[in-house]
Amino acid sequence: MTTSDPMIRVTNLDKFYGSFHALKDVNLEVQQGEKMVICGPSGSGKSTLIRCFNGLEWHNSGTLIIDGIEVHQNSKQIRDLRQEVGMVFQQFNLFPHLTVLENLTIGPMKVRKISQSEAEKTARKYLERVHIPEQAEKYPAQLSGGQQQRVAIARSLCMETRIMLFDEPTSALDPEMINEVLDVMVGLADTGMTMVVVTHEMGFARKVADTMVFMEEGQIVEISPPEQFFTNPSSERCRMFLDQILEH
Amino acid sequence: MSATDLPMIKGAPLPQQSPVQKFFGSTFISVVIYLLVIGVICWGSYTGAQNMGYSWQWYRVPQYLYSFTDDGFQPGELLIGLGATIRLSLTAFVLATALGLLVALLRLSGLIVGSAVAVCFLEFIRNIPLLVLLYLFYYVLGPIFKFDRYTASILTLAVFHSALISEILRAGINAVAQGQWEAAKSIGMTTGQTYRYIILPQSVRFMLPPMTGEVVHLIKSSAIVSVIAVAELTTFGRNIISDTYMSFEIWFTVAIVYMVVTLILSIGVSYLERRYAVAQ
Ligand SMILES: Nc1ncnc2c1ncn2[C@@H]1O[C@H](COP(=O)(O)OP(=O)(O)OP(=O)(O)O)[C@@H](O)[C@H]1O
Ligand SMILES: [Mg+2]
Repeated sequence: MTTSDPMIRVTNLDKFYGSFHALKDVNLEVQQGEKMVICGPSGSGKSTLIRCFNGLEWHNSGTLIIDGIEVHQNSKQIRDLRQEVGMVFQQFNLFPHLTVLENLTIGPMKVRKISQSEAEKTARKYLERVHIPEQAEKYPAQLSGGQQQRVAIARSLCMETRIMLFDEPTSALDPEMINEVLDVMVGLADTGMTMVVVTHEMGFARKVADTMVFMEEGQIVEISPPEQFFTNPSSERCRMFLDQILEH
Repeated sequence: MSATDLPMIKGAPLPQQSPVQKFFGSTFISVVIYLLVIGVICWGSYTGAQNMGYSWQWYRVPQYLYSFTDDGFQPGELLIGLGATIRLSLTAFVLATALGLLVALLRLSGLIVGSAVAVCFLEFIRNIPLLVLLYLFYYVLGPIFKFDRYTASILTLAVFHSALISEILRAGINAVAQGQWEAAKSIGMTTGQTYRYIILPQSVRFMLPPMTGEVVHLIKSSAIVSVIAVAELTTFGRNIISDTYMSFEIWFTVAIVYMVVTLILSIGVSYLERRYAVAQ
């Protein structure tokens, strides 16, 4: 697989919020089928980085290449990009005025122009995949947080994207619901999906990650395979961070 | 259909009322205050009219509201006028909403030109009196663009209220959580699709109460078109008075007719709001 183009390649990425330097010269490659887990302290730029991958944030300099094509700040191209790169948010961001099924079909129907029956068939398939086929007719507010997040994952899957980004998908959840979401994500990893996950769930990271990334102050401080990352990180900061979050 | 079947309703709770608002908003207190005020006005006008030697002729009023002939129920001039007022107001309201949405979207577009145009329009409308706007449309734009007094009235009301409505729409749109935009964009929706399928349907519940207020406001301000003699409730009231000299009775009746309509509207919408109440 390493012979083909990487799915995501960013080079010399810089991002400013006003005068605040949020991403500093970030270089990164994600291969097809690779699972990358990004961690780091709050404010280190993890969200900013992965939001750049689907054009929710725009970088000030550097290049973003998705599946071999350089992305420019062109709204049509960015919309096309988003059909390749799905995103799951910390706060789920389901559409509260639509049923679960409608949440899943609206994208395929309006964006991909797929027929309703086709879209519903796909939606039910993915609801099955996230283990909540029986909730299709409910509204998001009638579901638990864990169920909502699984719907959000299914919504992204329905777009049949090739890359999925997760921004702290379990950190808004009650502890007893975290595993049901992580289980779905492990299942998804087994299908060969390319995944970039911002999370502090190190159990999950150990299980699925091919590559671990540690960020601090807008920079990538450590990037290594999990065996090395967890046992022998090269930077002192990363070691301290891991000690802190693995403590409990 | 129960409230939970209605989709427009979920999301963050609307702001709570303060205890003082609650006290004065309670039905009992409102009715008491209302009756007191009405009582004082009635007593004041009655004694005042007595002192002027005015002779009341209430018995002549009902024929202007309705009558029964061999053909059955016949609406009187005032009810016909009310029909005209409602038609005028509804037409103006639909136009005002369309224009208001356009202005709101321009302001939210993030385009410098767009928001500059919108802000100029808003400031222009907000800073001239409704009556002057009406004269502008009727005496200046009317002759230029060849439209009649009825069209001039509708345009005046629509333009004037579109400025107020655009602010209501903008606030409603802004009240929808930012995450909704991000989620919609993330599945590849265009801005237009996001508004249509995601943002506007959720804004409705934020907009419903102030929009009702705006309809009530519009119906009331539609009376102003009587100055250019457009056929509607106030004009008809004036015509009746010039025939009958019953100015006290007719103006009271006209006021009550407006009040009944706007009250029915407010009650209807607050019922709707309760049905659409936030399921928390
Ligand atoms: N829209 C914005 N405007 C200004 N500053 C921002 C904006 N978004 C993020 N930042 C700043 O950029 C920095 C990186 O933010 P980011 O959200 O990427 O951090 P993070 O690593 O995801 O943190 P967390 O773990 O808290 O989610 C923070 O200091 C934040 O205050
Ligand atoms: Mg974050």
